[in-house]
Amino acid sequence: MHCTDAPCAAVCPVDCFYTTADAVVLHSKDLCIGCGYCFYACPFGAPQYPRVGNFGSRGKMDKCTYCSGGPEADLSEAEYVKYGANRLAEGKLPLCAEMCSTKALLAGDGDIIAQIYKERVIKRGYGSGAWGWKTAYRETVAI
Amino acid sequence: MKTGLTIRAFILVAALSLAPVCAPSFAQQSPSGKNPTADSVNEEALFKQNSKLTGRISIPDSKASVLEQPQGREWRGFHEGWMPWIGAIAILGMVLLLGVFYFTKGRVMLEQNEHSGRKILRFSTFERFTHWMTATCFIILALTGLNYVFGKRLLMPLIGPDAFSTISQWSKYAHNFLAWPFMVGLCFMVAVWLADNIPNRVDWAWLKAGGGFFGDRHLSAGRFNAGQKIVFWIVILGGLFMSISGILLLFPFAALDINGMQTIQGIHAVIAVLFIAAMLAHIYIGSLGMEGAYDAMGSGEVDLAWARAHHDLWVEEQQAKMASGPQVRSGPAPAE
Repeated sequence: MHCTDAPCAAVCPVDCFYTTADAVVLHSKDLCIGCGYCFYACPFGAPQYPRVGNFGSRGKMDKCTYCSGGPEADLSEAEYVKYGANRLAEGKLPLCAEMCSTKALLAGDGDIIAQIYKERVIKRGYGSGAWGWKTAYRETVAI
Repeated sequence: MKTGLTIRAFILVAALSLAPVCAPSFAQQSPSGKNPTADSVNEEALFKQNSKLTGRISIPDSKASVLEQPQGREWRGFHEGWMPWIGAIAILGMVLLLGVFYFTKGRVMLEQNEHSGRKILRFSTFERFTHWMTATCFIILALTGLNYVFGKRLLMPLIGPDAFSTISQWSKYAHNFLAWPFMVGLCFMVAVWLADNIPNRVDWAWLKAGGGFFGDRHLSAGRFNAGQKIVFWIVILGGLFMSISGILLLFPFAALDINGMQTIQGIHAVIAVLFIAAMLAHIYIGSLGMEGAYDAMGSGEVDLAWARAHHDLWVEEQQAKMASGPQVRSGPAPAE
């Protein structure tokens, strides 16, 4: 799930983020300067900095692309090297959800997922719906 | 009969295995009568214990224990909402103030009796080196720092995202590396100038009279007048806060958690723009604002008559130190 009003995109000093037509939040590793602001802003800690630099330089930010690549041309080698597989461009769903043995991870159309989730909550009755939502957004979600 | 037993066993097993499926699908009802929701982790309760949702962690990277930190959205609101306004008002406000001052009061010109042609040493080579090293670092730190807040708004539309990213990348390195000579310069300044910047009674009189800005008399002052002492303390104390917050930002999460980092970044940004505003005033008076003011830090020497007019107590001290006043020399060297 990617944010609609992504805080990471808002605070980036070089505006390296963009949102695709599928509402996936992606960023450009070419423009990223590794300042770390996106990590400060994200309530979920999604941005990661696999490289370490001196004085907190951090290197390029990396995060879940929803298997949707980056700004380079879809399915090009350059895109694969930087951002991994672009499964959405192939018409597939993200690999994590496809592989998930318990279907804890779901991907696809938002309405269908919401329906599945609702059925699960009713059947299992565990806790409130969308655990973590109220903490992150300070508002409840109706199921 | 064996078959009957087997069939009964089968039915028993089948009945037992079907029991969970036959249980009603509403949350609060279960075969044991226990409420499964009661056992589940309650998000609200967890959040009440700590301002962020965390788990338990055993690796050194303690920030990995954070599951959710809603303060990130608040920091975003501050950094994107308040910060640009605070910065713009502080800096543009000061520029406006200086502009108004320049176009009303104008430059403070040298008076007739302040050209004697005889010089006195005001700042040693080391003092001037310290000042210019610190000042140059400050300018670059200020510009590269402002780029983090205003760059994408002001510069990126002019040069495009690729060039802007390259500039920002090098700005970041400049900012991180020049911070160190800046801090060294601050230490040097404390070493050479702390003694002369301790406030005293003379400063109070100087301040009460408005520094002689409003009116025409020259006031008594030591080596540094109250206005200069104020600049010194702004630099030292502002620089101290910037240094501490800056070092914490240079070594992220070494001493602070995510909320601490957000707070310290906010402090660094707000003090920075106030510091910049103050330095704009200092730069103004040292360059444009007062005729002859630049020479003190430029060549190190000032006109003796000017010094007597503006820093009489200091001139007396200097001349008392060297009985015959060897620091005081006339224009051309004597032909002995």
